[in-house]
Amino acid sequence: MKTATADPATAGRPPRAGLLTRMKRSYDRHWYAWAMVLPVVLVIGVLIAYPLGRGVYLSFTDANELNVAKQLGATEIPATYQFVGFDNYWRVLSGADGEFYPKLAWTVVWTVSCVFFHYTIGLGLALLLNRKLKGRSLYRVLLILPWAVPAFVATYIWRMMYNSESGIFNALLGQLGFAPVDWLGDTFMQKVAVIGVNVWLGVPFMMVAVLGGLQSISSEQYEAAEMDGANAWQRFRHVTLPGLRPVSATVILLGTIWTFNMFPIIYLMLGEANALHSEILVTYAYRLAFGSVRDYAGAATYGILILSMLLVFAVFYRRMLNRQEAAR
Amino acid sequence: MRRGIAATALVASLALAATACGGDSGDKASGGPVTITWWDTSDATNEAPTYKKLIAKFEAANKDIKVKYQNVPFAEAEQKYKTAAQAGNAPDVLRADVGWTAGLAENQYLAPLDNTPATKEIDSFNKGLVDGAKVDGKLYGVPQVTDALALLYNKEIFAKAGVQPPKTWAELSAAAKTIKKKTGVDGIYLNPDSYFALPFLYGEGGMMVDTDNKKITINDAAAKKGVQTVVDMIKDGTAVKPDYTDGYNNMQAAFKDGKVAMVINGPWSTADDLTGKAFKNKANLGVASVPSGSAGKAGTPTGGHNLVVYNGSDAAHKDAAQKFVAFMTSAASQEFAATETGVLPTRDDAYTVKVVADPIRAAFKDVLADSTARPAVSGVSDMFAEWTKQYIEILKGNTTVEKGLDTTADKWKSTVKSLKDYSVE
Repeated sequence: MKTATADPATAGRPPRAGLLTRMKRSYDRHWYAWAMVLPVVLVIGVLIAYPLGRGVYLSFTDANELNVAKQLGATEIPATYQFVGFDNYWRVLSGADGEFYPKLAWTVVWTVSCVFFHYTIGLGLALLLNRKLKGRSLYRVLLILPWAVPAFVATYIWRMMYNSESGIFNALLGQLGFAPVDWLGDTFMQKVAVIGVNVWLGVPFMMVAVLGGLQSISSEQYEAAEMDGANAWQRFRHVTLPGLRPVSATVILLGTIWTFNMFPIIYLMLGEANALHSEILVTYAYRLAFGSVRDYAGAATYGILILSMLLVFAVFYRRMLNRQEAAR
Repeated sequence: MRRGIAATALVASLALAATACGGDSGDKASGGPVTITWWDTSDATNEAPTYKKLIAKFEAANKDIKVKYQNVPFAEAEQKYKTAAQAGNAPDVLRADVGWTAGLAENQYLAPLDNTPATKEIDSFNKGLVDGAKVDGKLYGVPQVTDALALLYNKEIFAKAGVQPPKTWAELSAAAKTIKKKTGVDGIYLNPDSYFALPFLYGEGGMMVDTDNKKITINDAAAKKGVQTVVDMIKDGTAVKPDYTDGYNNMQAAFKDGKVAMVINGPWSTADDLTGKAFKNKANLGVASVPSGSAGKAGTPTGGHNLVVYNGSDAAHKDAAQKFVAFMTSAASQEFAATETGVLPTRDDAYTVKVVADPIRAAFKDVLADSTARPAVSGVSDMFAEWTKQYIEILKGNTTVEKGLDTTADKWKSTVKSLKDYSVE
């Protein structure tokens, strides 16, 4: 993400040449490089830019299943939807549709809690695996296993385990003499259940990433810290955490974006009818587009809003990190 | 050498990619057989083999037509079909729920079937079912099977507890308590889905919408009373507290294992019931009409499936598809399907001696005789989807019956296009 801020390193230099001049100079010198990236630019344009542009366009219309263009074999039915300007955005953001703000709040809670547990548990496991112990590679494989299971397969298995009547969790609770819990019925327990599954699925990635980060911290730093009489907590606080900073920053950003849009768990775990208060924005947008009445415009509006929010988040997050780096 | 392998691999993968984007409907070589695709939404284990046998019969009789059978899970089929139909590659024939037909026709995805080979025997069909497949006077589907909800019960448990099949919901509550006391088995498992709430609505004289007066009646006093009955049953232990995610499957599992004495379900479920240990003896499965409410009448919704033909198929495929639909809905085919799986025919001449010899089917035939057709508006499946969300909220106790049904009515008015000009109570 290039941001349009004046970066402190370039402040105080003479103003740079104009854009056109720079482009021409760069073209003269690096035309072969431009030629090399051209195919990639074209592919990305087809795969990303066009659908995105189409999504933005649809969000300004009132497209739904009845008025979009249809290709019925040889006959073609032209589209009859209208351009409605910012109507859709207004309806969503003013709270008139009544769905956006409650779902946004829950999406934020879901994202923050999942990423928090992903990172802390991942870090803890990585620290455990970063020392010499017997059977370390076996533990590593076992801990990575959840990552190897496709999300939808995992979701269905967990869904069986959570079943209020025949699930293993309630059977265990029964053995221990507790009352059964309606894991996927009660709204609060639904949220606990989906966060639990997502944490289980996401920890291995964090663990592997952090483990890589840990192994790149040189042991000299630890030795030096020990010489200065730092105890274990101080070593962790002042050597490990700063050493992990580049890795952590990246995985937390990625994790946030992924979790914000983590579709399969919520969608498959809670089904269609039972997730009135536990849907996140992305599952709701999907339901608008492919649920009962296909509201393409509404779904596109939600999609663009989600994208904008994540973009803003990513920009601010990067800035905050850069500022921290600069302050050090 | 290396480079040679890489180049070969590249060429091979390109070739594969090129062939993978071919169309899915059979190519019509001149004079060659036409291949039509059928999306069947029936139960893959209990019903699909029967339909495959019928396809084999059809292909034997029509050498120039091949049928590609695909079983698509019922829950996803409507959306899958919409996606495919819009892009022009839907299957030539679909087994569509009676509630989908109007909506798909409104989207211009279905070919009208009047005066085609598919409907040459349409006069033998049940008139109510045929009318249900019409939109603006045009016929878009041929009824393949029909169904209605009934009270299914475990005769053995009833005998042990010394109770008779209940005639009213109040009697059912009393029976459930007796059963629990004498046998330890739960009384009834109610599926938390709005379609399964209809008998309670009808029993109070309620309905979803009043098409004559253009009124949404899902939140009138009768409907509220009906839903309140369900809430009370779960509260006082007459009904098991259902699982809200896997309600249907848990209901079937409990009934099949003999852990619950009664369920409300349709004929499609009887083949599944008979695989359970409680019904090793087929005669143990009792079928009765759903109990009546305080209005003194019992009501059950008419369901079922139509075979519909895709509007985007070319003439040759449409022609083959119509022949196929005619064959699948013929009296002989319907009789075969009914005796093999327990589904109910949609035409009187298919209710042969063989079909009604089976007590379960004979009982369902009586249940069907006074079933209530669904409101003839498009978007019925959307209405059920919205209502189910609120119904579950009500049963969970997150909202009151009043509020839940009022919300449902408002949602219907704002999201279901065909109800835009309806008034709300």
